[in-house]
Amino acid sequence: MTFLLLIEQILNGLQFGVMLFLMAAGLTLVFGVMGLINLAHGSLYMVGAFAAAAVAASTGSFLLALAGALAAAAAAGAVVEILVIRRLYARDHLDQVLATFALILIFSEGTRWLFGSFPLYLDVPSWLAGPVTLPGSIQYPLYRLVIIIAGLVIAAGLFALISRTRIGIQIRAGEADREMIAALGIDISRLYTVIFALGAALAGLAGALVGAIQSVQVGMGEPVLILAFVVIVIGGIGSIKGALVGSLLVGLTDTLGKVFLPQLFGLMLDPSAATTVGASLASMLIYILMAGILIMRPSGLFGSA
Amino acid sequence: MAATRERLINAAILFALLAVPLWAWIADEPFVITLATRIAILALAGVGLNIALGLGGLVSFGHAAFFGIGGYAMGILASHAQDYTPLMEWPLAIEGTRSMPVIWLVAMAAAALAALVIGALSLRTSGVYFIMVTLAFAQMLYYFTIGWPAYGGEDGLSIYVRNVFPGMNTLDPVQFLAICYALLAVALFFTARLARSPFGLALAAARQNAERVETVGLRPFRLRLVAFVISGAITGLAGALYADLNRFVSPAMFNWHTSGEIMVFVILGGVARLFGPVAGAALFILLENYLGGLSDYWQAYLGFLLLGVVLFARGGLIGTLAGREVADG
Repeated sequence: MTFLLLIEQILNGLQFGVMLFLMAAGLTLVFGVMGLINLAHGSLYMVGAFAAAAVAASTGSFLLALAGALAAAAAAGAVVEILVIRRLYARDHLDQVLATFALILIFSEGTRWLFGSFPLYLDVPSWLAGPVTLPGSIQYPLYRLVIIIAGLVIAAGLFALISRTRIGIQIRAGEADREMIAALGIDISRLYTVIFALGAALAGLAGALVGAIQSVQVGMGEPVLILAFVVIVIGGIGSIKGALVGSLLVGLTDTLGKVFLPQLFGLMLDPSAATTVGASLASMLIYILMAGILIMRPSGLFGSA
Repeated sequence: MAATRERLINAAILFALLAVPLWAWIADEPFVITLATRIAILALAGVGLNIALGLGGLVSFGHAAFFGIGGYAMGILASHAQDYTPLMEWPLAIEGTRSMPVIWLVAMAAAALAALVIGALSLRTSGVYFIMVTLAFAQMLYYFTIGWPAYGGEDGLSIYVRNVFPGMNTLDPVQFLAICYALLAVALFFTARLARSPFGLALAAARQNAERVETVGLRPFRLRLVAFVISGAITGLAGALYADLNRFVSPAMFNWHTSGEIMVFVILGGVARLFGPVAGAALFILLENYLGGLSDYWQAYLGFLLLGVVLFARGGLIGTLAGREVADG
């Protein structure tokens, strides 16, 4: 019984982790290459979820909805980069924090204006609904399993993109030396727009995939954004590998902590006290993890600075 | 030249913050008085942050932690006083209290202690990491208060009657405003003296060039930690006042939006300007009120305005009005 529960919770943690990775990958790329701290990344997640819900409502196709989410988030990312973000690369972090905080307000209110304050619902398509039986007769929702696999495939694709393709070489060169890559004749501002749009598309995809499990509403991106920041700080800002390790670590810690900490305290305290203490400690757990890691390694697990 | 102009602007702000509520008192407009009280309290929170952010160059995205601790210090002490239950019986008996000065001292001490711990850990990092670690600590407290049922948990805690200050009737909005205004003035005076003190000069030097400060035998870490503690204590005091204004505390005080807003006050007014937080908080609250009445989607307008300030009016409101030269270095 507890073994099955453990496997199930580990899968839930993985699913949460790969979604966080989709968010964190864009954040860490944008920071690594452009040195920009982007609070509005959660808004792109929200844009993706809303676009998916709108497309699904009008066409009924989940795949079209995902495509719509990718396209809308990438387009929103490119527009924001061209209009606002590129003016911030040379600024200090304080200006970046404030300007992207302003973008959150604009995105949230704009979405509320377009779609209203009520949450939208995006359904899991029928061909992905229902449970599957895994080896060891473990029942697990097919959709969540697909998310885990899709997330891992995208992660692998992203690593291949960065290590094997021409644009990947440019991204890595941009991280190493901005002036030199421009001097070599690469259109640096176009490269930045592409990277930003790529990160936005990943965030939008995450929003759409999660939107089918939770409700699609204004402000849905903010809790995820904070977690994604925790992830990239743990992993080391700028490192894709760090983002992957960090997101799985955060996903598993959070999920397992919420299930098992109350039980652990139940061994020592009476049930109601154990639930409260366990639950409040569990929601603090990832922040404790982050603080602990930063105290040991002030620039994250895979940070270089 | 620019410095004199800034001094004139500062005097004008101080005057307006006093004159407008006085007019409102005579004209019997209690809403304006409450608005001015909100501005004074939030400006005080900003003044606190400005010591870390402006003087010390420490971009703390977690000052909601200290604001919330101040708020809960008031909430916990006052709720025990209102229920006639002791706060603690062992090892020593501590009763709740409704006395504002005691609450302020407790709030400042608790916030300072939290700032000492958070600062000592966070200051090991710098740059974006510092921003994010301070944010993480505030979020930690946010989730802790949500999950902690003793004082209301997620629902927060209501205090039915405003706390008392000897010799004054705090239920009268004007008298409560006077208290907040006086505390803001004291904090501003203190900040001005601090910036010119040997400590303030060393802190500013550590911001500009930490290596040089180290070569002359000062320790930047210690300077920054002290600045962070002072900064946290002042923001904690503002939190206690804010809780008294609303007679309500809730985990929302710890939310990262609160940190963002306090930071917005400072930047909107002008970083490292003595009166920056005051101008910023006043502008923010007035806009919130004015735009909020104009449109349901006022936050979008606020967003555009903030964006404009960051992109085009660097140095904030006071920087734009008084010129770019920063008087206090």
